Amino acid sequence: MAVNKSTKLKVICTFLAWSISGLIFFPILWTLLTSFKTEAEAISTSPSLFMFDWTLVNYDDVLSRSPYFNHFWNSVVISLGSSLLGLLIAIPAAWSMAFVQTKRTKHLLMWMLSTKMLPPVGVLIPIYLLFRDFGLLDTQIGLVIVMTLINLPIMVWMLYTYFREIPHEILEASRMDGATIGEEILHVLLPLALPGIASTLLLNVILAWNEAFWTLILTAANAAPLTAFIASYSSPEGLFYAKLSAASAMAIVPILILGWFSQKQLVRGLSFGAVK
Amino acid sequence: MATTNSRSLARLMLIPSVVSLLAWMIVPLSMTLYFSVVDYNLLTPGNEEFIGFLNYEFFLTDPAFFESFFNTLLLVGGVLLITLGGGIGLAVLLDQAIWGRNYVRIMVLAPFFVMPTVSALVWKNMLMNPVNGLFAHFASWIGATPIDFFAQIPLLSIIIIVSWQWLPFAALILLTSIQSLDREQLEAADLDGAGPFSKFIYIVLPHLSRAITAVILIETIFLLSIFAEILVTTSGGPGYASTNISYLIYTQSLLQFDVGVGSAGGVVAIIIANIVAIFLMRLIGKNLED
Repeated sequence: MAVNKSTKLKVICTFLAWSISGLIFFPILWTLLTSFKTEAEAISTSPSLFMFDWTLVNYDDVLSRSPYFNHFWNSVVISLGSSLLGLLIAIPAAWSMAFVQTKRTKHLLMWMLSTKMLPPVGVLIPIYLLFRDFGLLDTQIGLVIVMTLINLPIMVWMLYTYFREIPHEILEASRMDGATIGEEILHVLLPLALPGIASTLLLNVILAWNEAFWTLILTAANAAPLTAFIASYSSPEGLFYAKLSAASAMAIVPILILGWFSQKQLVRGLSFGAVK
Repeated sequence: MATTNSRSLARLMLIPSVVSLLAWMIVPLSMTLYFSVVDYNLLTPGNEEFIGFLNYEFFLTDPAFFESFFNTLLLVGGVLLITLGGGIGLAVLLDQAIWGRNYVRIMVLAPFFVMPTVSALVWKNMLMNPVNGLFAHFASWIGATPIDFFAQIPLLSIIIIVSWQWLPFAALILLTSIQSLDREQLEAADLDGAGPFSKFIYIVLPHLSRAITAVILIETIFLLSIFAEILVTTSGGPGYASTNISYLIYTQSLLQFDVGVGSAGGVVAIIIANIVAIFLMRLIGKNLED
């Protein structure tokens, strides 16, 4: 009787969960499917979910008729470049705050997080004018700099929480054995912290890949990553659903796959420690 | 056990982060503050004149400001309501014993990883288009008149799109928090004969309260700056019907080239965001202590 009741509950909950999550996922599934349809089928009044003539012509069109690959490459350079540069700056800071704590550490960490709460429009004009005067508008390097700075607080914060989980005793033992600080970081800390560093890198690549304020403001034809390039489909190209879908699919699928690996890091990185 | 040597080294290693963030804050912020009190238009450069608070007066008394301020409140409030309600429901549901939970989780989480311009365009063109969109097909299939989403209910349409993007975040944070709930408490309540409803009200919700507060504050910080979704769907229109403060400042500074008024608006946006940030910082501070 009890088994029956809990099985029944499990069936109902499973059905509910699959239906709701299916609805939530539907726009993405629909985009992926439409990318394999012809334009005529894409706007058909009686659209078919799977029974249509699958075609790759849209991918071919998008790749050959627009500089799609350039924009894809810009996205790769900007997101990976800013994340690596960010790690380079953030690792020493996080090491220092996690292992040599002072009274000011907590305030410093909170101040860094607070910079993330500054609304971008508050500094829109100065950044735009500085970029114009220094010739950084529509350049990859300009966007790498901005992206590094806006994600730096999250990187320091995440690395700090990962480093805090490494037992102090191990570091002290290596110090007793006469390791210098440099050796300590390179041979003891880094291997232990590698999973945390990889997670931080992963989440920040995702965040930078999807950033859609500065990329839209500061780029044009040359350095535009996919966020900005896809925005140019807003009209009238956007009415070619199949091509829009193919362009979108190539922009989101790599990050969807990375995203599935980063669920836990998402909580750690974006909740700023406000949730445990 | 830190030696003086390692202390000074530690300080040295903080320098790159601190200096770059300090520069990122102070340089543009002081420029915004300066621009906000001068008469500066990019079309007529060279005669920047100190004009006191005139830019602020212009920005704050502009009818567009009231409309965008109200829209910002509706946008943030609407998205919070939908994502929190849906997020709590999803968190409770995904916490139950179900088949294929990992697949369900993946599907629920997916929208968060879709770039804002893609989400907005897919919803705008493929789902909400009044002629060829899927919703229009569905409406005519059941015999209803299709809605012209971005002409009739522009702000609500944007609220729907943004809620779709942020629901995964709320659900994930709340699910993480629900999973840390002490199961023995629930079992004890079972023994005392508590129903699922009273267990939810008296045990689950209080346990979630900190996570709910965090979701509200974090989402608000990000939602105040919604921009791309508006740019690619309605461009703030019709009129100012879907313009929020961020978008208004963008149009004033980079489309009308009025640096002074745009900067005054930027200062106003910073003040609004800071009000929320103060509460969020308190919550973070509390968690850092214990």
